[in-house]
Amino acid sequence: MSTTHLRLPEQAEAVPTPAPLLRVRGLSVSYAPPRKGTHLGTGAALRDAELEVRPGEIVGIVGETGSGKTTLARATVGLVAPAAGTIEFAGDDIGRLRGRARRAFRRSGQVQLVFQDPLRSLDPDLTVAELVREPLDIAGLLSRSERQQRVAASLDLVGLDPEAVGHRRPRELSGGQRQRVSLARAIATRPRLLFCDEPVSALDVSNRNLVLNLLDRLRVELDLAVVIIAHDLSSLAGIADRVAVFYRGRIVEQGRIRAVLEEPAHPYTALLTASAPSVAQEDRLRPDQLRPAAGTPAWPADLGCVFAHRCPVAHDACAEQPAPAVVPQAPGRLVACHDAVDWRERLDHSHPQKESA
Amino acid sequence: MSSLREEPSTLEVSDLQISVADGLVAVQDVSFQIRRGESVGLVGESGSGKTLTCRAALGLLPAGGRVDAGRIVLGDGPEAVELTGARRSTWDGVRASRIGAVFQDPASYLNPSLTVGHQLAEQLRVKRGLRRREAHARTVELFAEVGLHDPAGVFHQYPHQLSGGMLQRVLIAIAISCEPELLIADEATTALDVVIQAEILALLRGLRATHGLSLLLVTHDLAVVAESCERILVMYGGQIVESGPTDQVLGDPQHPYTRALMGVATIGDWGRRRLDVIPGQPPAAGERLPGCRFAPRCGYAEAACLTGPVPVTDLGAGRTSRCVRTSASLAEAVPA
Ligand SMILES: Nc1ncnc2c1ncn2[C@@H]1O[C@H](COP(=O)(O)OP(=O)(O)OP(=O)(O)O)[C@@H](O)[C@H]1O
Ligand SMILES: Nc1ncnc2c1ncn2[C@@H]1O[C@H](COP(=O)(O)OP(=O)(O)OP(=O)(O)O)[C@@H](O)[C@H]1O
Ligand code: SF4
Ligand SMILES: [Mg+2]
Ligand SMILES: [Mg+2]
Repeated sequence: MSTTHLRLPEQAEAVPTPAPLLRVRGLSVSYAPPRKGTHLGTGAALRDAELEVRPGEIVGIVGETGSGKTTLARATVGLVAPAAGTIEFAGDDIGRLRGRARRAFRRSGQVQLVFQDPLRSLDPDLTVAELVREPLDIAGLLSRSERQQRVAASLDLVGLDPEAVGHRRPRELSGGQRQRVSLARAIATRPRLLFCDEPVSALDVSNRNLVLNLLDRLRVELDLAVVIIAHDLSSLAGIADRVAVFYRGRIVEQGRIRAVLEEPAHPYTALLTASAPSVAQEDRLRPDQLRPAAGTPAWPADLGCVFAHRCPVAHDACAEQPAPAVVPQAPGRLVACHDAVDWRERLDHSHPQKESA
Repeated sequence: MSSLREEPSTLEVSDLQISVADGLVAVQDVSFQIRRGESVGLVGESGSGKTLTCRAALGLLPAGGRVDAGRIVLGDGPEAVELTGARRSTWDGVRASRIGAVFQDPASYLNPSLTVGHQLAEQLRVKRGLRRREAHARTVELFAEVGLHDPAGVFHQYPHQLSGGMLQRVLIAIAISCEPELLIADEATTALDVVIQAEILALLRGLRATHGLSLLLVTHDLAVVAESCERILVMYGGQIVESGPTDQVLGDPQHPYTRALMGVATIGDWGRRRLDVIPGQPPAAGERLPGCRFAPRCGYAEAACLTGPVPVTDLGAGRTSRCVRTSASLAEAVPA
């Protein structure tokens, strides 16, 4: 009862691909500069993001902290307006909705966001049962008694006992219980697109797997499109079809998750996978091999490629930000690196101490 | 590791019992010790009482929560302070100065109307007596140490302007700023990418070596415990069910809950395509059970497990397990 066998990528590819439900194009987001006039507020939190999510697909988002992952999620549900680019949901540009149209779209509950910080996003005065029922009330879905049933069923799905927690308030729950209440709230309306910002970071492995299985089931049964932001690469590897890797406001690489994690084409992705705690892989690079060698002159701040200042193989061409491009050596992948895949060869020269495997 | 036995005690918790609203007992019979420079991992099911245990050691239980029984002693010998029932003035000398803390929900521990730099600088002025300029400089230095880009710029930002991981690093900087003896880190690296997480764990290892910092690390990431903690405590249903040296407990778990947990764990395994769960649900906080709290979900349960409370068994070599079965009878039994 408790296990799920996920589709193999080959099988997934054999299925004819439906049109994307979410299509993000050239999206940039900038927060207003802070009052005190520091230089931080001026920079864009997200730049030129391109992302497509199909019904029934799970897309993972990983990357540096502060790189714009939550910002993308907030833009998609209309909490922050794009500075440039489009966000299409089922063919409509929702980034351009204003006023009543925007409110109506948000009330419909078709796109739901599970926030990264449940304590800040859940109303402290409502009970758990009220919190989960609220989106149903707003969308005007179901009859009174059906709502009640839906609330109990949603809590049950995330592994919480409706009897035991239904009357409690967010402060009276543990961190992982709160996280699951947020998820129960988001799935109550049966959305078409679910954006989960760190949905399992506060959960023990068993509950983590329960939630991941649930997301996997929802995408199969309801053809739900799911985006999961996570730092835990191994939990994404078990469930996502594709992954997008963020660094400093840009998507630096995206593609099929196994391929990206096992054969990173961007040096930042390589640093990320190499730093994951004790991943059982023999021939992988060590994090120190993926940092600039000691004595390398510092790369000028804010020049060219966002990763150049930490890149072990940055060279003259990197003074220009590379656009995401298809690379022949890694089919089905978009990589924003002048030297995608090939940087590995340079690495060997610049780090002669690399152990021969 | 044996040399640690001679190190003085930094924190000793004995027979701790905590109740929350309406007198529900959420944590019971919890005892453990952390020695100078030692790093102890605290793991366990969501809702098992990890955060409440940490908060009790800081005198910061939620409204309605109280320590019903037990002792929490900070330090050893003449510097030892009994924290249970301590007065406000005692806590003022302990929090931040002697025990640093990073909590699960960073935003709720910061003042939303003050810049994050101001909040850390203020603490350095009050607790360490630094002058305004020194406090500012040290704050920027600490922000850089925890890997924040543009630390001077972050100084002037308000909490809501920072991402989850940036806030978490601000909290880590605040927690280590007064060079405490003990750092209680409740899910302190969960919002961080693995590159920064590795850097923060290395920073803490450094502080342990140079300052003899002791660490209580609450985490769900068993790979992090395996890498960073000498000893591990496993909690279930408000009790510590197993404890011992990390490699031994993870390599050869003795308590059926730890076994079940290891059975579903995927420590850094990317090839894994099955996501197993432990069937059933844990007891609710305060739920009274005559016997073992894991019994309803345990594949090894026998009659003795259901009738009376199960005491902690000393397994030798620094290991304990709260289970009626010994490792021999576990090996014989086929889990149901
Ligand atoms: N309300 C805001 N006002 C100003 N700046 C903001 C605001 N929210 C986020 N930022 C900035 O935007 C950038 C991206 O933040 P975002 O929250 O999207 O990061 P993230 O990738 O989700 O990071 P994490 O993994 O740490 O949660 C950060 O530099 C952050 O400081
Ligand atoms: N203020 C409160 N009122 C009532 N019950 C509470 C309160 N705080 C915590 N609890 C309950 O006490 C139990 C232990 O909570 P605690 O936060 O210590 O769990 P935890 O082990 O930290 O879990 P997690 O891994 O999910 O953070 C939980 O079942 C929780 O629901
Ligand atoms: S005491 Fe009994 S029920 Fe509890 S863990 Fe041991 S075998 Fe299982
Ligand atoms: Mg975020
Ligand atoms: Mg907790």
